[in-house]
Amino acid sequence: MKPRRKLIVNLALIAGFAVFAGVSLMADFKPGRQIGATFTSTLWEMMKLLPCAFVLIALFDVWVKREMVIRHFGHGSGIRGYLWAILLAGTTIGGLYVAFPLAYSLHKKGAKLGVTFAYIGFSGICRIPMTLFEASFMGAKFTAVRLAVSIPLITIAAVLMGRYLTKRGYDITE
Amino acid sequence: MHIYLYIITAAALVVSVIASRKKTLAAFKIAATRFFKVLPVFLVMLILFAVSITFLPNEVIGKLLGRNSGPFGVAIASVVGSITLMPGFIAFPLCGALLGKGVPYMVLSAFTTTLMNVGILTYPLERRYLGRGVTLVRNGVCLAVALIVAVVTGLVFGEIRL
Repeated sequence: MKPRRKLIVNLALIAGFAVFAGVSLMADFKPGRQIGATFTSTLWEMMKLLPCAFVLIALFDVWVKREMVIRHFGHGSGIRGYLWAILLAGTTIGGLYVAFPLAYSLHKKGAKLGVTFAYIGFSGICRIPMTLFEASFMGAKFTAVRLAVSIPLITIAAVLMGRYLTKRGYDITE
Repeated sequence: MHIYLYIITAAALVVSVIASRKKTLAAFKIAATRFFKVLPVFLVMLILFAVSITFLPNEVIGKLLGRNSGPFGVAIASVVGSITLMPGFIAFPLCGALLGKGVPYMVLSAFTTTLMNVGILTYPLERRYLGRGVTLVRNGVCLAVALIVAVVTGLVFGEIRL
């Protein structure tokens, strides 16, 4: 669907729902009132968090330039390469579908296979804007546990896959 | 818990304003534009959430995903997370709402981690870059990582007792 049509469909749905909730309230239609109550209480909870999350993400976008990170990428060997992979993944916007083409070009520019795999893995788990969103809604503890467990595991898997596949002469294609 | 978010946001804003007023203003503009762009999708998600929560009795949600669903709830969450494509700004508020409905952290962690890292719908794209074998291994590894994360989350939040 085109974005414009999608927007119109969404707005129509919202308007329809508003009418439904209003009529339910006036006619004292029980299930309708209950839906309306769930909607408003959840919306209220979210609105306490949403603006903060958006402001934080925008500040991050304004102050951290991805070009700076990419420039350093591939220069670091050993563990530094993996640290840059985390940083670069942190600034990646969008999901895996953005990470694959970028991983391909990084590898072509000389990034090791292990670092490239690590980058793909990290771009799923530690994009900073997404992590800010997560921590806002689920709590910092939840995010901390997830990162503390998944970063080492993803790194180990990437190193092992990188070593094995480098020996086999594997290459990322386009 | 919300109070920390407010403190962090306020601190970040103060630092940013001191460093550059122009950039801070630009950030506000970006935030507002994105917020209003996302709002319709967000409200529709909330409507769907409110409707399904009202018609699904609490017992059903509890049985499928709740505290006593155990490995079954984690399995459902991982399958749903692997299949669906959902941006984070929809997924995390939804998880926050489900958390309020008594769905354990462990189950939500299985959902979000597979959502972010395992892609059945992105498989054709991934295969083009990485090849079939590596794509399968990568997704398998990520699924395993997601399950380990879920178990550790369950332990940390006291949802699994040894």
